[in-house]
Amino acid sequence: MPKVPGMVKGLGVTFRTMVETLKPSGGPATVQYPHEKEEPSPRARGVIALHEENCTACMLCSRECPDWCIYIEAHKTLAPPRRAGGKPRQVNQLDRFAIDYSLCMYCGICVEVCPFEALFWSPEYEFSEVSIADLLHEKERLGEWMETVPDFEPYEAGSEAKGKKVPR
Amino acid sequence: MSELIFAIELAYWQQTLIKVLVAAVLIPTTALILGIVFLFKMMSWMQSRMGPQEAGPRGLLQLAADGLKFLQKEDIIPDRADRFVFKAAPVVVLASTFLTYVILPAGPDLIIENLPTGIFFAMAVSSLSVVGVLMAGWSSSNKYALMGGLRAGGQLIAYELPLILAVMGVVIQAGSLSMQDIVWAQADGSMFGFGGLGLPFVITQIVAFFIFMVAIQAELTQPPFDMPVAESEVVGGFHVEYTGFRFLFFFLGEFATAFAFAAIAATLFLGGWWVPGIDPNSALANIVGPIALFVKIMVVAFLIFWFRFTYPRFREDQLQRFAWKYLIPLALANITITGILVVVL
Repeated sequence: MPKVPGMVKGLGVTFRTMVETLKPSGGPATVQYPHEKEEPSPRARGVIALHEENCTACMLCSRECPDWCIYIEAHKTLAPPRRAGGKPRQVNQLDRFAIDYSLCMYCGICVEVCPFEALFWSPEYEFSEVSIADLLHEKERLGEWMETVPDFEPYEAGSEAKGKKVPR
Repeated sequence: MSELIFAIELAYWQQTLIKVLVAAVLIPTTALILGIVFLFKMMSWMQSRMGPQEAGPRGLLQLAADGLKFLQKEDIIPDRADRFVFKAAPVVVLASTFLTYVILPAGPDLIIENLPTGIFFAMAVSSLSVVGVLMAGWSSSNKYALMGGLRAGGQLIAYELPLILAVMGVVIQAGSLSMQDIVWAQADGSMFGFGGLGLPFVITQIVAFFIFMVAIQAELTQPPFDMPVAESEVVGGFHVEYTGFRFLFFFLGEFATAFAFAAIAATLFLGGWWVPGIDPNSALANIVGPIALFVKIMVVAFLIFWFRFTYPRFREDQLQRFAWKYLIPLALANITITGILVVVL
């Protein structure tokens, strides 16, 4: 025999939820997505953005990626010396940086491992494509997402570490 | 009575044609209404959602769109299925639903056929759906369909009994099996000498009403008694192999039956088409009657679907134990007490 008081209480819960949903002050817990959008939480992992100037083509992200979805091509080139009369510096010039979002599983290891702060999480999430091949995004598109990267939250009061800044 | 609808004399074949057309339009409409109002909208609200919004104004045409989608789908019959039985099963289920509508009174003259044994007829034809369900389960040549069909068979037979026994209490009190006479008995009744509100049998037969509501929940294979169609256990049960319009038949049958059972409950316990204050003999009752009945049906249907959306599924043995060990003795006691009181008072 089912427990009667609990069953009555259950009816009360569903009825209250219905009234709450219909009240103008209440409303449903869901959002009518294409018509109205929910604000993603401040550090949501939407998409990975690339700050191209900071990338040295060190390949760490590409090698750490569990899905092997990052493609990097670069060539060596000579940059003008830092001080007058110095030797020209040898630097890596980035030719191609692409992330295949049909493979990416949004683990964020590339963002963690990047030693030069070139990769950032952006809360942007609307980048679906009709064809799966179109999900391979080149560095131009990845750079556009840099504008949507939010500033880092300040550390707790009393923290000795210096707060990080997003390069703009 | 029904020869004279709004004082127009009609030949028998004309009457029959009108009745068939009304029923053929009415039954899918009732299923649509219940589906949209309760399955789509009320269920969503109870789960803090809005429900369908896009098809039609506020998503009200969603179910019509779904129905059209089912009609477009391919009609697949499994290779090893018993083709004739497989095709016949949805028709049998739907036929039992259609037959139930025959005895539903919507006004003093608005009834398809006022059978002297109305409620007995309704109980008899509604149990026909067991045959259709077993046919569907057996002919699909699918183990899930077979399991679902057998579960449905066991469940429908177990709950047919408390259903009929609950109805018996009302029948004893009204002194008739005819649906119209049961409505009249409630209209003519009085509470402690005060006759203005009549005597809806829900007051005297509250135990029977409770048993009836529980039993129709099981008859409709709705949660918490939805083991025959439990999608997490038998992936849809007896209709797992059905696609397209054959599945639509089952769907239509389920909701039209829910409407029919709600109408029977409204008639037996809430006074049917009768409204206090309106003379049941006047022509006005023929116009107000259907509206009153509809409102009462919606109240009962709200209860049915409220239980459906609140409770989780029972276990198969709990279901059988609940029917045989609690509901049936309760219903028998109710009949005994009603019988004694009717004789004594």
